[in-house]
Amino acid sequence: MTAALRELYQDVVFDHARAPRNRRRPARSSHRAQGHNPLCGDKVTVHLDVADGVIRDAAFEGEGCAIATASASLMTEALKGKPVEEAERLLEGFHHMVTDPQAAAHPELGKLEVLAGVREFPVRVKCATLAWHTFHAALHGGHAPVSTEEGQ
Amino acid sequence: MSLALVGAGREAAVSPKLWRDDFPILGERVHGKLLAYLDNAATTQKPQAVINALAGYYAHDNANVHRGVHTLSQRATDAYEAARAKVRGFINARQAEEIVFVRGATEAINLVAASFARPRLAPGDEIVLSAMEHHSNIVPWQLACAATGAVLKVVPIGDDGAFLPEAYEALLGPRTKLVAMTHLSNALGTVTPARWIVERAHAAGVPVLLDGAQAISHLAVDVGALDCDFYAFSGHKVFGPTGIGVLYGKAERLRSMVPYQGGGDMIRTVTFEESRFADIPYRFEAGTPNIAGAVGLGAALDYVSAVGMGAIAAHERELVAYATRELERIPGLRIVGTAREKASIVSFTLEGVHPHDIGTIVDHAGVAIRAGHHCAMPVMQRFGIPGTARASFALYNTLDEVDALVAGVDEARRMFR
Repeated sequence: MTAALRELYQDVVFDHARAPRNRRRPARSSHRAQGHNPLCGDKVTVHLDVADGVIRDAAFEGEGCAIATASASLMTEALKGKPVEEAERLLEGFHHMVTDPQAAAHPELGKLEVLAGVREFPVRVKCATLAWHTFHAALHGGHAPVSTEEGQ
Repeated sequence: MSLALVGAGREAAVSPKLWRDDFPILGERVHGKLLAYLDNAATTQKPQAVINALAGYYAHDNANVHRGVHTLSQRATDAYEAARAKVRGFINARQAEEIVFVRGATEAINLVAASFARPRLAPGDEIVLSAMEHHSNIVPWQLACAATGAVLKVVPIGDDGAFLPEAYEALLGPRTKLVAMTHLSNALGTVTPARWIVERAHAAGVPVLLDGAQAISHLAVDVGALDCDFYAFSGHKVFGPTGIGVLYGKAERLRSMVPYQGGGDMIRTVTFEESRFADIPYRFEAGTPNIAGAVGLGAALDYVSAVGMGAIAAHERELVAYATRELERIPGLRIVGTAREKASIVSFTLEGVHPHDIGTIVDHAGVAIRAGHHCAMPVMQRFGIPGTARASFALYNTLDEVDALVAGVDEARRMFR
């Protein structure tokens, strides 16, 4: 296995891909959106329960590759209990980390940093960002499903 | 190009060694490993003869066709029309005018949908296609249906991905206006009984378009014997350049069709009151065509003819059989598409590992395969899977490359265990 592959498929990524956290349809949700990557057919639905500017619950449904599933799982863990503003900063930080090859360390991302290795795999970046784009769409309404192939 | 016969045992009966040397890209290294290019259903690599033909055309003959009186224009026109004649010979069409140059199989099918199907379709009319079509042999017909009120009738496929003859015959009815069918499925490798499909359709008075995008580089295509009304293929999937493709149409069909696009080269006379259209095939070739592409395609077909489709098919049969046998030894691996009549493609899933992860992992072993739905989402829905990993072979692939694939897939399995 090459070093780049090891960097991509870390133990934490495998753990979340095999046993995703928060993969369920929650009883209560205030925001919801569907995301789709038409290039590979992966689909994800993100559910949020937001009250008083705080994300009380975050969950997802869908099947995807190890990177997409682990990213959705790690994202929902990170979002739970976060004020919306802070969650949006996480989104920005995550996007920067996986797309900018010169990105410095992002200590505020915590566990999400295990996905930094995806930036060495340009065609897989969309796998990692699908859940986050869908999260953004859920927060900001709009009922049309988001696609990885329409703008950023 | 002679066939090199080598030793028995694990060695191939026909060695692709000599053919490999014709393809400069096969010397590329990927992640430090020698490239094993197993994505030929997406596009094939180009022999030096094709690369030289493109360079030679631009270096010596480049001009616009069918226009100038100067020498280069004549040379360019001659080269372009010589390519048309080569295509005619390659697929055994009766006349060169039955060969329309287009951008690729997709444009060929869109052309037939727009210029042949639409004017003939009425609400309730039916177009018959199969459940294993590529999107490019689905969406143009859906657009035609949306514009006319016609409907699609889909011939189901078996659990092994085989074409189901009875189901096809059952769908041919009084409202059937066209059959549009793949000759070789890009997602499953299934070869359809094209000659018989055409025969049954014609018995019902229905014209047939065959999508030969995959078949053209793996099967001997004889449109005279097939008797199809239309045959579509792309140059880049038969070792030619991208951006050039062919629509074959029977002359009487083409003559009955309205133009596809308007512009230069497709008219006889133009006034602001009316334009009179050129004869076939030029009526369908508006604007300056892909002249170099046609020249390159001609060189590619010369190359394939010199190797011989029989030798190619025999070699690929061996690759498919070997890959199938070796891949099936991997625990949790399932081949999708096991029809008796199949060629050149091995599509598979691996329990617990998404095709994209397989694709990334084997890429790091130098092996290029396709992962995903292969532009055939209905096929994936039919089998209840999001996608497959797909190895697709060409004349230059080797058993060693299959071994590299199998080792890479097994590594993916061990990583995800």
